Order: sequence, then C-alpha cells, then structure tokens
Amino acid sequence: MNKVIEGLYYSESHEFVRVEGDFGFVGITDYAQNALGNVVYVDMPEVDDEVTAGEEFGAVESVKAASDLISPVSGTVVEINEALEDQPELINQDAFENWIIKVKLNDKSDLDSLMDAKAYAAFCEK
Amino acid sequence: MENNNNKRTCLYDKHVALGALMSPFGGFEMPIQYADIATEHHAVRKKVGLFDVSHMGEVTVKGKDAERYVQHIFTNDIAGAPVGKIYYGMMCYENGGTVDDLLVYKMGENDFFLVINAANIDKDWAWMQESARGFDIDLQNRSDYYGQIAVQGPEAEHIVETVLGLPCSELTFYSVKTTLNSPLGPTGRLPKQELSILNSDNVILSRTGYTGEDGFEIYASHEFIRACWDKLIAAGVQPCGLGCRDTLRFEVGLPLYGDELSEEITPIMAGLGMFVKLDKAEFIGKEALAKQKAEGPTKKLVGIELADKAIPRHGYTVLNMDGEPVGEVTTGYHTLSTDKSVCMALVDAHYAKLDTELQIQIRKKVFPGKVVKKQFYNKSYKK
Repeated sequence: MNKVIEGLYYSESHEFVRVEGDFGFVGITDYAQNALGNVVYVDMPEVDDEVTAGEEFGAVESVKAASDLISPVSGTVVEINEALEDQPELINQDAFENWIIKVKLNDKSDLDSLMDAKAYAAFCEK
Repeated sequence: MENNNNKRTCLYDKHVALGALMSPFGGFEMPIQYADIATEHHAVRKKVGLFDVSHMGEVTVKGKDAERYVQHIFTNDIAGAPVGKIYYGMMCYENGGTVDDLLVYKMGENDFFLVINAANIDKDWAWMQESARGFDIDLQNRSDYYGQIAVQGPEAEHIVETVLGLPCSELTFYSVKTTLNSPLGPTGRLPKQELSILNSDNVILSRTGYTGEDGFEIYASHEFIRACWDKLIAAGVQPCGLGCRDTLRFEVGLPLYGDELSEEITPIMAGLGMFVKLDKAEFIGKEALAKQKAEGPTKKLVGIELADKAIPRHGYTVLNMDGEPVGEVTTGYHTLSTDKSVCMALVDAHYAKLDTELQIQIRKKVFPGKVVKKQFYNKSYKK
C-alpha cells in the first residue's frame, strides 16, 4: 500500500511539502516512487535557484523514464539533499524522509491550493 | 494507461494475475514489469527469465518461388542455407530506408517462417503482399495464430529441457527445430512424445533471443504457450517484462525498430552492414544501400558514454563541443550491468569516430561525453 503522512501538503503531480517555519521540504510521495520504480538519478536545482509553484525544478529518473519534478511552492532553494547524488535509491527506501530540496517559502498561501493527507489519499485511489 | 484499441496476447490474464504493470506497446497491452526492471534484468543475466513476446508477428512463405521471394525482400543472403538455420536482416524500401528488421527461419526447401516486429505487422504485411507480385508463393500472416515466449539466460537450456521437456541442447545458436510437418530431417524434428505438456503438432523452438544471453524462443498455439508459461512460472522462473527486454537488448547494442532503425535510418547508417549482402544478385533497396555504403552515410549510429549520471533519453539532442546540434539520442539508459550513463545516438558522420567529444542536452543542462563502442556489455551466447 502507498504510504500517506498526516500533516504534509500534497500536489496532484505527487510532490509533498513538509513545512517547518518559513521553510518547506519538498520531495516526491511514496505513491510516486512506487510508480517510478528504481530511482537511478535525481536532477536537482542548485542552492539559491528560484522555484515557482506549478513549474518544473528538476527530474527524478527511474530505469525506464525521466519524470519532471513540479514545485508545489514558490521560493528560494536553500539546501538540496546531497545524499541523493550518490544514493538516489534512498527515495525508494523512504520517499517522505528523503526530501529533495529545502525551500524558503515566498508565500505560505501557496499551501492553500495543495491537498491534505486525506484528500491526497483519495486522489491516489482514483 | 488504458487503451481499448490495444490487442491482448494469449497470456494477458496471467500477467494481470501476477500483478504486472501493463502498458501499450506496438498495438498490444504488454507487461512492462512484474517485480522491477533491475531484478528482472539481473535474473536474465545471471540465471533465467521468461518473456511473453506473443506480440511479435509471424509470416509464412511457401511455394515454388519462396526462396527467390525471400531473397527479393531480405537484405541478408539465404542462398544455399541449410534447413533449420535462421538469419537476421532487414527489409528495405527502394531508397534504403528500413521497413523492418526480422528473422528468417528456413523450415524446409521453399518454406520460410518470418518473424517481424509487433508495431510493424500491418505495414510489413501490406509491403510483403505488394512485393509478392510475380512470385508463385503462398504468403500467410500467421500473427494471430502464434503465441510466443522467450526463455533467456545462462540456465535457459536446463530449464527448457527439464521443465518443458523439450530437448534443445543440440540446437546451435540461430537454429530451429519443429514438430511442423516440414522436412527438417530426423534431427530437426521434435519427437512428439517428448512434448510432455500437450500433444501439440505445431511447435517451433529456436535458439534465439533479444537479450545478449543464451536462450530459446518457442512459437506455438495459444493453448501450448499458456501451458508452457504455467509450467515455467510454477518452476520459479522469473517473469520478465518489456522494460528489462529493452535494457538487456540495449546494453549489448541490439537495435530496436523505431529507435535505431526506421524509414529514415538505413541499416548502413545503423552499422548493420554485415546483414546487408550487396553481392547478392538482387533485393529491394540494394542500389540505394550500395551507393550509401560506397559514399559513406551522412549519419551514423554511435555509442556515447557520459561522465555524469544524468540519463540521455530517446530524442534528446546531441551537440558538438561548440554547442551546435549534430544528432539525436535513439536509446539511452543508466545501464544496470555496468552502472554507466550511456546511449546510442544517430550523429553526423564526422562525429562518429571513437573518443570524439560530444555533449548531450538533458533538460536545461548540457553534459559532456565521448563516442564509445555501441556494445556496453558483452554478449554471452553459447554454441
């Protein structure tokens, strides 16, 4: 079964945001990693890059395909998860623990258009 | 993705029951993976894997002019071929572009069994019929009759003999035997009583495959293929989807029609000149291919290895070191057997020399690489 965690925000393109203060940790959901299969490469932006809600900021590559990462929030990248450079498979082991970028949020109202855990779980059932 | 226009193979329900991820390929709803691509890939490299390849098309050519007809449409040369031998080659248009790549099985004198790509069945069939004018042959599209499985990997021979009870150890690479009533001779015939599964009278067994490993392909009625599938799964053989079929064939540099061969990509461009016998008296496309070979093709298929882990995919642009586009990626992966990001790409011929530095545009970034041999992993055929 696909795992969904309470308290996170979810997008229809299967990214999540975990909010801590003014920052958001963005990654892909358990559903997304299951659908992708073995992750072999994560194409990440650089620190200080701007990301925009609804726009692509990188890609996750499985053996069979590249899947764009769509940012659920707008802001500035303050940290990338460097562990994924050498161990992209961490995403398969625990997608929620292994976030991809940490973003300083421009505007928390971005979160209003995202789903909560319950709505996302229902969305994945469709 | 669901698509009701896609056909289903005779094993469709078994794939669904095994929980396979199903996806359209070549007009069929096919299994992409059961476990994951890496597990299935390594099963074939190290042990044995089972593929449903019933989507492939089969055409039979029989009659007085059968050999002359095959020689007319096929780039390879089957003159004087022994019964039971299999040949790989292409069918080409007059301009040298590729109609399809295929296997030709010589089942008897003036009796041939042609195996074509699923996605091309309708196109090939029309082409074959059109090209048959003036030949006294019986041409039949048997694609709907035959199911097909491939048993691939170093343990394939043992599994086919012990689990299916089909003697195959004496079969050499690219040879066939059958229970068809064709004059394959005493050693070519599968004795009927040894077919422990079903008393099928129409089984074709060849030492062929598309993985770079030793292995066998079995063509038979849907009923026989379903029985074989069940026996092999019950014996613990790993079912393998088209996902790893592509990574396996790619690693050993085998072309896929639609990627490395097409109506625009000739066998000469694709580096498959050894399967184009220009010394043959005649075949469709000979003149154009001979000219291209003599002058040198303007584009060539190469291997490219990247320094980085980013993965070049089909359709990505290849750039020279000045950043000018010089080609396009045909297939690319982060290889499972060698842990490298590599691709095959069709590039301007000036950039085809080994060690030439090139770059590939991957999304917003450009990654450096160099031209390498197209074979990224060594084949290990037996016999």
